[in-house]
Amino acid sequence: MSQEVGHHHGSDPNSPEIRTEALEDLLAEKGLIDRARVDALIERFEHDLGPMIGARLVAKSWLEPEFRKKLLDNADQVLQDEQIQGAEIEHVEIKANEPGIHNVVVCTLCSCYPWALLGLPPSWYKSPEYRSRVVREPRKVLAEMGLSLDSDTEIRVWDSSSETRFLVLPERPSGTEELDLEALAQLVTRDSMIGVAEVKAQ
Amino acid sequence: MTGVEVLDNSEAAPPRDNGELVFEAPWQSRAFGVAADLVDSGSFSWNDFRQQLIEAIQAWEALEGADQPPWDYYTCWVAALEQLLFSKVLLDPTELDLRSSEYVERPHGHDH
Repeated sequence: MSQEVGHHHGSDPNSPEIRTEALEDLLAEKGLIDRARVDALIERFEHDLGPMIGARLVAKSWLEPEFRKKLLDNADQVLQDEQIQGAEIEHVEIKANEPGIHNVVVCTLCSCYPWALLGLPPSWYKSPEYRSRVVREPRKVLAEMGLSLDSDTEIRVWDSSSETRFLVLPERPSGTEELDLEALAQLVTRDSMIGVAEVKAQ
Repeated sequence: MTGVEVLDNSEAAPPRDNGELVFEAPWQSRAFGVAADLVDSGSFSWNDFRQQLIEAIQAWEALEGADQPPWDYYTCWVAALEQLLFSKVLLDPTELDLRSSEYVERPHGHDH
């Protein structure tokens, strides 16, 4: 961590640290925000939300063909049925990987991401390099990130927007036939649901 | 840009439940939490914020060469938050500048 906690004396009044502190204090004084609520929101996003929610959906769809079909046809209905709620998943589409087809998700304009399924996005997802390059040269970017796809595998890049968030349904790895829902969900990584990795059996 | 930069996902940071540090500095989490509370309490919507964030990111992208500071997502986030607060007349730019200057001039070690 580069910042010392409690040390908020920058020399630049335009630094984001100082601006953030000043605007939080002004908004609190005006009664526009509540610090306890802000604390609780940060706590929730840091600790309660994360890819385990999406991972359960993936694992369940591997085990239950009916569930998988519903998830791919109408993810919003499934999320409602499963009582998964929260910001940034008003409309979600699930894109299934299959032999010869690989899906990968980006937000070219900013950082749209299904928060309630994956938590907040990793910093590389928000970087200018990823946002511009994965559209232009997805095969190269994926290879750099450790995912080398066959040259005849079609790569579909999904650009998130305010209307639609995407989640990749990765392929179930072989050697996991004996595993139950919980054990399968443990294997499903955030990166595999963004589409920059495959799920490995171990 | 090299692949290493694309891959930079703060692997040095202590891992969390979801495998990665969500915020890299306390001010980033405050900036996030303040925006989230303003959305929850109805001051603006995430879509309003998103539009402003896109503009802040585009403003950074439009800077070239030496004028372009290193990429920092939460700097764009704070810039977007400020602009939205100004345009919604929830905060006055002069007031924020004044308060920011005051904080810079605080004596060292003073924790208000």
